[in-house]
Amino acid sequence: MKKTPSILLWILPVVSGVLFVTLWYAVRSGSGLQSWILPTPGEIIDAAWREHTRLLRAAGNTMVGALAGFLLAGTLGFATALLLGVSRSLRAGLYPWLLVLQMTPVIVLTPIIVLWAGPGLPGIITVTWLISFFPIVANMTQGLVSTDMNHVALFRMANASRLQEMLLLRVPSAMPYYLAGLRIAATLAPIGAIFGEYMVGNSAGGSGGLGFLVYSYNTQIKIPALFATALTSCLLGFIFVAAVSLLNWAVLHKWHDSYERDDH
Amino acid sequence: MPLMVATASIVQFDAVRKRYGDGPLVLEGINLAVAPGDFITLIGPSGCGKSTVLKLVSGLNPASEGGLTVLGTTPKQARDRQAFIFQDATLLPWHTAEGNTELPLRLRGVTAAERKAKAREMLALVGLDKVSGYYPRQLSGGMKMRVSIARALTLAPELLLLDEPFGALDEMTRNRLNEELLTIRERSRFTAMFVTHSVSEAVFLSNRILVMAANPGRIHAEVKVEFPYPRRADLRATPAFQARVNEVSRLLHQVELPIHA
Repeated sequence: MKKTPSILLWILPVVSGVLFVTLWYAVRSGSGLQSWILPTPGEIIDAAWREHTRLLRAAGNTMVGALAGFLLAGTLGFATALLLGVSRSLRAGLYPWLLVLQMTPVIVLTPIIVLWAGPGLPGIITVTWLISFFPIVANMTQGLVSTDMNHVALFRMANASRLQEMLLLRVPSAMPYYLAGLRIAATLAPIGAIFGEYMVGNSAGGSGGLGFLVYSYNTQIKIPALFATALTSCLLGFIFVAAVSLLNWAVLHKWHDSYERDDH
Repeated sequence: MPLMVATASIVQFDAVRKRYGDGPLVLEGINLAVAPGDFITLIGPSGCGKSTVLKLVSGLNPASEGGLTVLGTTPKQARDRQAFIFQDATLLPWHTAEGNTELPLRLRGVTAAERKAKAREMLALVGLDKVSGYYPRQLSGGMKMRVSIARALTLAPELLLLDEPFGALDEMTRNRLNEELLTIRERSRFTAMFVTHSVSEAVFLSNRILVMAANPGRIHAEVKVEFPYPRRADLRATPAFQARVNEVSRLLHQVELPIHA
């Protein structure tokens, strides 16, 4: 099935992007700032090209931690939400502590995580998990308790068991919420991994990930390269978001209103 | 003699009262015996508790006082033998028409092959066998309601509760579904309790119409509609039909008057 997107949807981001880059150049030449304080987009691209071997290898390393942490958050988040969705008292008893966990700054927890999980990949995965876990749990739990009351009445009328009500009604109707949580987690996972690498050190995979590059470019005052690292981590984020969008499409496109086409 | 009436009834209300929590009385002193084969319609102003009557019968809500027997037992224990059709079709959007129709069988652990065959049969009964693979969002309001009917009938209920099922449909679709519902009933032989706001729908479908009054909800009058089944569309054009519609409208006017006073 072909969907014809409104041409504006494609043009507008390009227009805003061009405006932004123009403004950037204008600020740079107008302010007389040096390249090592505010590099131009061209200088950043140059740096990215010069450093592309290191950047790509680092991105690959970061990907491992980010993906593992993300998958862990996705599965544990699903399971935790199920638990919270089952009973009101579990929800009342556990949810505040999840909030506390979420509200504790990761920067405070990271040294503790390194202490417990050890430096390197285990610590990085734990930081990534920690940062992307809550949005998944919060969304999925909201989904599980937002089931249409008429649907619940239908199941009750049919003498459905609690398990049937959960698996055949609440979980499917919470899928849009779960996927929305995954989408937020997808943007957070690379950030979590990079932050973890930055804090945990360079021991992941020998050459280190993007977080280690941030550290090393910063100490060498390679500012254009630092910007190029930021650009690379954005790309990593886009890969995650694209993957979740694909999953979202696979699960929802047949039935969910968000994929409703105008042509029928 | 009263005992015999009680055991023969599909549904028996004895001085039933209902209030939600500490709220005001929603239903007061409901006495009603639904006989096998009855098509009873409850009609009345908003807030007269007509939907509440169905909820009590279904066991979704308990009666506060009085005796209520459904199919010779308690409402909850009678659930296996009754089905509820909601105001909105309440189809699960992630299942196809067929998936929705077979849901009651799935909940009972019937095998996939058996479910599929039965769902196909029920969809054919409501004239939807060609769209069995469609998802609810691809179906019109009338088609969704047909799927809902098919789903309700998969377990061959003895008692069917319908809470304004056609309220959201346009009049032509509603009339056609009224006719189809009666045709299906010729074969499926269920007893029906039906809630509506439409007088002409009530007269066309029912053999008994209960006109209800509000504040608190109670039965104001009963009208017997003695046109023989099967009824056809052209019944609506007869003077006798119109006379019944006028009679029910007049009764409704009586119970609605105090609100305007």
